[in-house]
Amino acid sequence: MNLTLKIWRQKDASSKGQMVDYKVTEISEHMSFLEMMDVLNEQLVNSGEEPVAFDHDCREGICGMCSMYINGEAHGPDRGVTTCQLHMRMFKDGDTITIEPFRAAAFPVLKDLVVDRSSFDRIQHAGGYISVNTSGNTQDANSIPISKHAADEAMDAATCIGCGACVATCKNSSAMLFVGAKVSQYALLPQGQVEAADRVRNMVAQMDLEGFGNCTNTGACEVECPKGISLENIARMNRELMKASV
Amino acid sequence: MALDSKVPKGPIKDKWTDYKNHIDLVNPANKRHIDVIVVGTGLAGGSASATLAELGYNVKAFAYQDSPRRAHSIAAQGGINAAKNYQGDGDSTYRLFYDTVKGGDYRSREANVYRLAEVSANIIDQCVAQGVPFARDYGGLLDNRSFGGVLVSRTFYAKGQTGQQLLLGAYSAMNRQIARGKIEMFNRHEMLDVVVVDGKARGIIARNLITGEIERHSAHAVVIASGGYGNVYFLSTNAMGSNVTAGWKIHKKGAHFANPCYTQIHPTCIPRSGDYQSKLTLMSESLRNDGRIWVPKKMEDVMAIREGRKKPTDLSEEERDYYLERRYPAFGNLVPRDVASRAAKERCDAGFGVNTTGEAVYLDFKSAITRYGIEQAKIHNIKNPSDAKIYELGQAIVEAKYGNLFQMYEKIVDQDPYKTPMMIYPAVHYTMGGVWVDYNLMTTIPGCYCIGEANFSDHGANRLGASALMQGLADGYFVLPYTIGDYLSGDIRTGKISTDTPEFEAAEKEVSERINFFVNNKGTKSVDYFHKKLGKVMWDKAGMSRNATGLKEAMAEIKAIREEFWKEVSVPGTANEMNPELEKAGRVADFLELGELFAKDALMREESCGGHFREESAELDGPQKGEAKRNDEDFAFVAAWEYKGEPADAVLHKEELEFNDIELKQRSYK
Ligand SMILES: Cc1cc2nc3c(=O)[nH]c(=O)nc-3n(C[C@H](O)[C@H](O)[C@H](O)COP(=O)(O)OP(=O)(O)OC[C@H]3O[C@@H](n4cnc5c(N)ncnc54)[C@H](O)[C@@H]3O)c2cc1C
Ligand code: SF4
Ligand code: FES
Repeated sequence: MNLTLKIWRQKDASSKGQMVDYKVTEISEHMSFLEMMDVLNEQLVNSGEEPVAFDHDCREGICGMCSMYINGEAHGPDRGVTTCQLHMRMFKDGDTITIEPFRAAAFPVLKDLVVDRSSFDRIQHAGGYISVNTSGNTQDANSIPISKHAADEAMDAATCIGCGACVATCKNSSAMLFVGAKVSQYALLPQGQVEAADRVRNMVAQMDLEGFGNCTNTGACEVECPKGISLENIARMNRELMKASV
Repeated sequence: MALDSKVPKGPIKDKWTDYKNHIDLVNPANKRHIDVIVVGTGLAGGSASATLAELGYNVKAFAYQDSPRRAHSIAAQGGINAAKNYQGDGDSTYRLFYDTVKGGDYRSREANVYRLAEVSANIIDQCVAQGVPFARDYGGLLDNRSFGGVLVSRTFYAKGQTGQQLLLGAYSAMNRQIARGKIEMFNRHEMLDVVVVDGKARGIIARNLITGEIERHSAHAVVIASGGYGNVYFLSTNAMGSNVTAGWKIHKKGAHFANPCYTQIHPTCIPRSGDYQSKLTLMSESLRNDGRIWVPKKMEDVMAIREGRKKPTDLSEEERDYYLERRYPAFGNLVPRDVASRAAKERCDAGFGVNTTGEAVYLDFKSAITRYGIEQAKIHNIKNPSDAKIYELGQAIVEAKYGNLFQMYEKIVDQDPYKTPMMIYPAVHYTMGGVWVDYNLMTTIPGCYCIGEANFSDHGANRLGASALMQGLADGYFVLPYTIGDYLSGDIRTGKISTDTPEFEAAEKEVSERINFFVNNKGTKSVDYFHKKLGKVMWDKAGMSRNATGLKEAMAEIKAIREEFWKEVSVPGTANEMNPELEKAGRVADFLELGELFAKDALMREESCGGHFREESAELDGPQKGEAKRNDEDFAFVAAWEYKGEPADAVLHKEELEFNDIELKQRSYK
C-alpha cells in the first residue's frame, strides 16, 4: 500500500504545532499501525529528519500508552483495540490518514503525538486504592469469599488501561468512564467498602480540579473504549457519590 | 573478590525465619532520615517502593514510562503461583520449592527458592486485601489453574490479565504513599548511571525524558528493579522500552553480572511474519491446559497445508503427530517451556513447520471444545445434542477462560482460533540471568540492590510459568524490606547525602558526554539498523541451540557491529528535548556490550541446561536419547562476570551451587 499521512508535529509543550504531510510506500496489510509508523520514522531518520514522537511500549494493547487520534477517532477505525492492535488491513491503498494527539485541556501535548496524562495519576493519588498495610500481615485470602459475579464485574471494571481514549473522544473531555471504572472496581468488592465514601468524593473532586469536563451521557466514551468499559460504571460512580453525600 | 552468597546457616525451612529474627532493625523514627532510590516500578520496584515507604523510608521511584502503571509487568497474562494448596491436590511449600529448582534445571540457589516458596502464600493474601480481582469459583473462593512443569493447580489468575491486575495493586499501594508524600515519583525519567561514594551506592544520574535535563539524585541505598533484557534479541515478547541499561551501568561500576546467557524461549508465541515486525506476541502458556500441540505426521500433508491445498482441520487424529504427548506421556502438553520450545524447534527443523516460513506448529482447541461441550450438555440436561450444539456450548467455556487471548490472536493473524488451530512458535521471553545478588538481594556494590527480573537469583536456567510475578512481588513486598533494613541500620547517623561531590560530578559528566556524542555524531545509519543486526546474530548464533563455533563467531560479529555503531550511528534532534531516538541509542549501546558478554558466557557453559541446547551436549542413548544433557560435575555453578573494560575481557567468578535438600537428578518429564 502507498499512503499519505497528515501528522501533527509540535516541537514541545510551548511551541505551536501544525499538520505535516508525509508519504509512505510498500506498507503491508499485516503490519500494525505502529509498525507503519516505524517505517515512516526509519525513513525520516535516514534522511536526517526528526522522527515523529509517539508513546508506545507493550504493543499488545495492555499498557495504555499508544494514544493517537486517527482519522478523527481515538485509536482509529477498528473497535475494541488500541492503536498498537490496529492493523493496516483496515486501510486501503492510496488512503490519506490523519494522525493527531489526544486533545483535552487536561492532557497537554508534550511533543508531536505525545501527551501528558499525569492528571490520571493524580486522580488515583486522591483515593484510587485500599488503605491496607503492605506488611504481609493480612488475613487468609479465602476468608473473604466474593461471589463469582461480583468478582467478574470488578474485574471488568479493573480492565481499564488508563489510555485516555474516553477523554479524547468526549466532546466535554470528561474522565468519568476512567474514574467510574476505578470507583466501581472497589465498590464491588468487600475490601473496598470501608473507605468507599471518601474514595469517591476525593477522586471526583480531583477529577474536577484537573479540568476534565462533565458527562452529558453522549456515550462516545463507551464506543471508543478499547477495553469495553461500560457506561454502567459511570452510573455506579454517580450512585456512590450520591450515597457519600447524604 | 570471593563471592559470598551470605546464605544463612541452619535447616532450609528455618533459614528465613532465623535470619529475620537476628537482623538489625532501624527504629521507625530513624527511617524518616533515610532515603532509598528505586529504579523501576514494575511488580518488583512498585511493591518495594510502596513497602519501603510504608515502613517509613523516603522513597524516590523512577520509571521511563509516563506512569508506574505502565511498567512491562502490566503485560503478564497467565498467572502467579502460590503454595496455598486450596485445591487439596498435594501442594506445599516444599513441592513448590522442588518444582522450581527442578524446573530451573538445578541452576538456582536453593535457599532463595525456598524462601520464595515460603512467602508465596502471603502474596495472594496481600493482593486480595488490596482489591486485586482474582478469578473466583461459584462458591466465592479463589480459583486456580495449572502451568507447565507441575502436577498441581497452584496458579492464581485474573483472566488473561494477571500481571495487569497485580501491577495495578502495587500501583495503588504506591499511590497511597505518593499521596502521603512518602514516595516521590519520577515518571519519564531514565537512570543512566549509579554513583558510588566510598565504595557504597549513594545515588544515581537520571535524564528527564521530557526536557532532556540531567539530574543528580542521592540516597542511602539504590535498588535496581529495571526488568529483563530480552530485547537484546530485538524481537521478543518484551515491551519496546525494556532494556539492560540500569543493570549494565551498575555492572560497569562493580556489580557482577550473572548467567547472562540464560534466556527463556517461550513456546507459545505468534510466529513472525515479516521483516518489518517490531515485536513478538505471547499467547499465554495457560492455553496449554486445553490446547493440544501437533504437526502433520506426513511430509506431503505439510506441503499441502503450506500451499493451501489442505486445511489443518482436514487432517484426522491419526494423521497428526501430537509430539509432546508422544514424547512426554506424563506431562504431555504441560511440559516445561524449555522442553516444549526445543521440541517445537526440533519438528520445524525436521521440516514439519506448518506456515510459509516453516516456523510454526499448531495449538489446537478442538478436543477441549468438544470435551467441554459434552460436559455442558450433560449439566444442562440436553439429550442427544447435535455436533453444532456441542461446539457452541464448548466454545462458550473456552471463551470464558481465554477469550481475550483468542481475540488478540484473531486481531493479529486475522484467523478465528475457535474454528482453526492457532499457529505458534517459540520466542525470546524472559531473562533468567541478570545482576548477581546475595541472599540479601544486594549486588557486589554495597548498598546497591537488585530485585525482580533484573537479578539472577531464583529461576536457574529455566523459569517455570507464573513464577516471575511471584518473584517480583516476593522480593518487593516481603524480602527486600527486611534485608535492606539490616544494611541501612548502619546509616542512621549519616544524614543527607550531598549531590555536590566529585563522584556525582564525574558520573554526570560521563553521562552528558555520551549524550552529546550521539546527537553530534553525523552517522548514516539508524539505531534500529544496529539493533536489528545485533538481534539477528543473537538469534542465529546464541539462540535456542548453540555451538562453540557459532558463539565465537557471534562474539566477533557483535564486536564489529559495536565498532560500526560508534562510527555510523545517526541520532536526529538535540539533547535538550524529548528525543526517543536518543533514548534508544543509549539502550542499544548497552545491548551491544551485553550481547558480547552473553555469547562469551554461553561459550563457557559447555553443557545443555534449561532452554539452552548446547549442540555438543546431548544424551546419545538410553531412555533420554535426544534430550539436553546437563553436566553437574563441571557446571553446577553460577557464572558471575566481573567487568574489566571490553566484554571479552570480563573475568569469571564462580558461585558453586549446593544442593542439600534436593537431589540433583536428570530432569525427566516422560
Ligand atoms: C507477554 C508477557 C507475559 C508474561 N506472563 C507472565 C505470567 O503469566 N506469569 C509470570 O509469572 N510472569 C509472566 N511474565 C514475566 C513477568 O511479567 C516479568 O518477568 C515481570 O513482570 C518483571 O517484573 P519487574 O518488576 O522485574 O520488571 P518490569 O515490570 O519490566 O519493570 C521494569 C521497570 O523498570 C523501569 N526501568 C527500566 N530501565 C530503567 C531505567 N534505566 N531508568 C528508569 N527506569 C527504568 C521501567 O520503567 C519499569 O518501571 C510475562 C512477560 C511477558 C512479556
Ligand atoms: S475507560 Fe476505556 S478509554 Fe477510558 S482510559 Fe480506561 S480503557 Fe481507556
Ligand atoms: S503500546 Fe501498549 S497499549 Fe499500545
